[in-house]
Amino acid sequence: MIVDAILSPEFLNAALRATTPILFAALASAIAAKSGVINMALEGILLFTALFGVIFSSAFQSAWLGLLVTMVMGGLIGFLLAFFVLRLKTDAILAAIAINLIADGATILILLAVSGDRGISSSINSIIIPRITLPIIENIPFIGAVLSNQNILTYVSLIMVVLVHIFLYKTPLGLQIRAVGENKDAAESVGISSDKIRYISLTISGVLASMGGFFLSGGYMTRFTTGMSAGRGFIALAASAMGGNTPIGSFLVSLLFGGAQAISNILQLGTLPHELVQMLPYATTLIGLGLYSYSKMKKRQRLTGK
Amino acid sequence: MNSNTKFNILRTGLSISIALLISFGIIFLTSKEPVNAIVQLLTGPLQSQRRFGNVIEAMIPLIFTGVGVSIMFAANEINLAGEGAFHLGGLVATYFALNTTLAAGISPIMTILIAGIAGAIVTLIPAILKIKTESDVLVSSLMMNYLVLYFANYILSNILRDPKAGAVVSFAVPSVTQLSTIMPGTRIHIGLFLALIVAILGYIFMFKTKIGYELRITGENRQFARYSGINVVKITLISQLLGGFIFGVGGGVELLGMYNRFTWTSLLGYGWDAIIITTLAKKNPIHVPFAAFFLAYLRTGASIMARSTDVATELVTITQGLIILLVVAEQFLSKYKHKMIAKEAKATLGEKEGE
Amino acid sequence: MSQIVLQMNNIMKIYPNGVVAVEDVTFELEKGEIHALLGENGAGKSTLMKVLFGIESPENGEIILEGTKVDIKSPLEAIKKGIGMVHQHFMLVPSLTVAENIVLGVEPKKNSLFTDEEKAIELSKEIAEKYNFEIDVREKVEELPVGLKQKVEILKALYRGADILILDEPTAVLTPQETKELFIQLKKLKEKGHTIIFISHKLDEIKEICDRATIMRNGKGMGTYQVKDISTAEMSKLMVGRDVVMEFDKKPVQLKETVMRVRDLCVTGTTGIRRIDGLSFDLKAGEILGIAGVEGNGQGHLVEVLTGLSDKYQGEISIFGKNAKEYSIRELRDSGMAHIPEDRMTLGCAKDMNILDNMFTNQYHKPEFSGRVLLKNKKLEEKAKELIKEYLVKCKSYKQNVGMLSGGNIQKVVVAREFSTDPKIIIANQPTRGIDVGAASFIRQRIIEFRDAGCAIILISADLNEVLELSDRLAVIYKGKFSGVFSNVKNIEEVELGKYMLGIKRDDNLEGIIYEQ
Repeated sequence: MIVDAILSPEFLNAALRATTPILFAALASAIAAKSGVINMALEGILLFTALFGVIFSSAFQSAWLGLLVTMVMGGLIGFLLAFFVLRLKTDAILAAIAINLIADGATILILLAVSGDRGISSSINSIIIPRITLPIIENIPFIGAVLSNQNILTYVSLIMVVLVHIFLYKTPLGLQIRAVGENKDAAESVGISSDKIRYISLTISGVLASMGGFFLSGGYMTRFTTGMSAGRGFIALAASAMGGNTPIGSFLVSLLFGGAQAISNILQLGTLPHELVQMLPYATTLIGLGLYSYSKMKKRQRLTGK
Repeated sequence: MNSNTKFNILRTGLSISIALLISFGIIFLTSKEPVNAIVQLLTGPLQSQRRFGNVIEAMIPLIFTGVGVSIMFAANEINLAGEGAFHLGGLVATYFALNTTLAAGISPIMTILIAGIAGAIVTLIPAILKIKTESDVLVSSLMMNYLVLYFANYILSNILRDPKAGAVVSFAVPSVTQLSTIMPGTRIHIGLFLALIVAILGYIFMFKTKIGYELRITGENRQFARYSGINVVKITLISQLLGGFIFGVGGGVELLGMYNRFTWTSLLGYGWDAIIITTLAKKNPIHVPFAAFFLAYLRTGASIMARSTDVATELVTITQGLIILLVVAEQFLSKYKHKMIAKEAKATLGEKEGE
Repeated sequence: MSQIVLQMNNIMKIYPNGVVAVEDVTFELEKGEIHALLGENGAGKSTLMKVLFGIESPENGEIILEGTKVDIKSPLEAIKKGIGMVHQHFMLVPSLTVAENIVLGVEPKKNSLFTDEEKAIELSKEIAEKYNFEIDVREKVEELPVGLKQKVEILKALYRGADILILDEPTAVLTPQETKELFIQLKKLKEKGHTIIFISHKLDEIKEICDRATIMRNGKGMGTYQVKDISTAEMSKLMVGRDVVMEFDKKPVQLKETVMRVRDLCVTGTTGIRRIDGLSFDLKAGEILGIAGVEGNGQGHLVEVLTGLSDKYQGEISIFGKNAKEYSIRELRDSGMAHIPEDRMTLGCAKDMNILDNMFTNQYHKPEFSGRVLLKNKKLEEKAKELIKEYLVKCKSYKQNVGMLSGGNIQKVVVAREFSTDPKIIIANQPTRGIDVGAASFIRQRIIEFRDAGCAIILISADLNEVLELSDRLAVIYKGKFSGVFSNVKNIEEVELGKYMLGIKRDDNLEGIIYEQ
């Protein structure tokens, strides 16, 4: 019964939907990691921008304007992380933990100040990004049911995979990002400011994650709720690491985690205890990470020989 | 006291002050009665014995988690599963207390020890996963927390739930197992002594024992430790095990001291609190009670403020984040530090030439 | 008198840990010369050049370039002002191609958005051809041999229009052939009007290629000289502050029992290349076995397997009559092995811990210093004070962090720790590299004392003086094999030894390396 459910186009459609926020964040993580910084603040950025999305889309009464401003805000948080890590030499992990903490508190405070709501943005009249059907594709059996009738941001996330790939591998800036991440001293020795490159990378990282955040409250759900990022930022970190920090690798692993999320969403409606089903995405990540790292270790050991 | 220590104290003090000032700024921006809110935040805990008691009560779990994470981080492993260890400690303590009948003195002790073991398992899993597969402890430990949370929710609603209670809570823990209150008029319980003992033992462990010495060397330079003949894998495992154990004990103590039923249906955030405490305590367990007191005071002040004014308690989460950001920002005030050191070097240079 | 292109006046640099690396040094450069910057490791040459290249900012002093005072805050500014630097450790991105490395930071674009890969290759080829560098610019840098990597570095600087080229110990990593080739290219660059600063401590190379030399010692300038007017002996005197030839008082060797036996040892490196290729030797108590060789010929791998840091080897190693694989590192050390590591900062100390903490990592567990659980802190403190005195460690107290000490003093802490366990075998890998002469001769003296007391010592060094002075037997290692063995060390000629080290000469008969079958 479960197998049938998983192979159904409805399920795959839902999986793609669940993948979207993780994918945006995983791409964000990949760019940061390529420049040599672990962006653990993705969790906080997702949460912040999920709230901002609701607030700004309501303020402008336009989902697109709201998204735009949310993206700017996401970029700002990424820039702030960069400022602490690069200018003030704060440990990147601790700075991220701090930002995540601030996000926890500030989202509640801001929501309260803006709307008087506690925990859930019920009185904010936010606008969400709509779903669309894809002409022609929607008529293809199976594939149409999977791909069509998705949120526009889901399509954007897929396009982003390609754009980020081109950005990293076909543009001068991408070349410099990879150079800085791989050998910072080498980049510096030819006058590339590694700090500048990392500022740019983390800012872009923030912008990408903010699209994921917006989707959470303005597509995946229709409201903001406290703590709604629910560890997706951390899962994305694992996804990009397992994908070798390449956009395409990150995409494939994100699909796996999104699938696990979707399964857990479906199974919660069934007879299985929902608490155990909720463990699924996290367990998948943990086991996936273990298996991936293990195979990487074995591969290296084989190369080294005995 | 050398210039480095002096500088560290100065910087920590300044960081806290700046973080507080920013928080006051937020209060002024959002509150209709900002002055009253700030007064409540800063002096609220001193206004009655019960309130000051709240500070001490809140400090107890923070000491456990601060010591626990100090020991785990000393191995230079960013293991964040302390959160889950604390949570599982509370759950297991409840389960054990409900399913055993032990004598009055022994029951809490056994319960807390079992809670500690449960906590140790939680932090040990990411550590073992790293040793066996080289997977990143940071991510795997974060996943552990969510796994523990949903597992605990499952056990709570399917096994421990008291159907007669209105909310989703467990049956009440027998009173023989609960930790007794030591100060009338407050809920300060015997766990306070336990926490202080853990801090002192933690200090002795880190700075006076052989394993502590091995642990510090391993954390500072793993290759050097291995070269010296230290079994770094064993030491890392011991530190993760011990740290998790202390987290688990903390969870057990908190449950038996402050709750009589298991009511935790979401993560309580003690794992993150531990980070700010170890940051302020500079990984030294003996400093942990002071940092814990500071944070507990701030927390209690914030909840008093929230009750009597229009500012939400979550304000202090922001304050905490700001403190971490500033305290660990190495370059913050670093120009001043470099000047101090350059002055010293020039002075010694002068001495040499004067000879 | 030629035109002066660069003046650095009264430069002073203090590092954040308080070490005064450069103290009131003045340096002057004439157009079109090859100017040697000469000094021992740690004399401050590299630091002075980092100041010029904008990597370090000086506490005092001024830089005058082409007659105008300049303030160089970053490498980018240095590059814009026509200064290029080839670092000792290559500044290349391994996964990128030669062309990508050359154009990195100034990439040609197409459609003003994308990298123009074709153009990058074309431009790189052009610059390589202009200076007669033979190199395939499409190849990935990680696949190139060392000599070619260096060429990429020089091309990078030239591509950016460097008039002044700083080369930081460029020959340290090169084979003799590659060195020769480099010198030819440097002379060509000079003809084309480039000015070159050649950092080195190899006197013969300076004699061969440089016009003038500025000598540094202990962070201070010791003057600038016309190379043709100064003898090598005079240069070395200025460089080290005393006559180089050290005669140690060595008693005749008294061989005792065999403590280490190595047969057909092979080690494979990470890239699948054999790093140690069939080594056999014996070591007896009471002798110093010197192993000479250019760095990177397997010394590191040999030390790793002998000291128990790695057990990934084939063949046989037996120590005190027991198979080495049966020992843990701790057991090996407890049975009398001491190890002075090549890199004191990564393997030899924890820089953010104090001197005391660093002094007992190999012996804290002995009954003298600890009980079952607790450390005997009083005992440790007493012993630390004693060792600081005995080993002349310059510090405020044992509570000072090791990272705050100078290189020589850090090495003394390492040596004090390793020698205070009363070792029976000492494996000393570059024990005096990069430290001042006083500390070096102190350490060498100690090594001899241990040998006289019946300790077995393996001394691995790239410093010919050191191995020739100290060794009772000397083996030369080249590409993981012994290329020659000398039982009578006193009679070896340096030139001859050099040939073995560079693989020009190789003996098949390695008599004397094994005592008995």
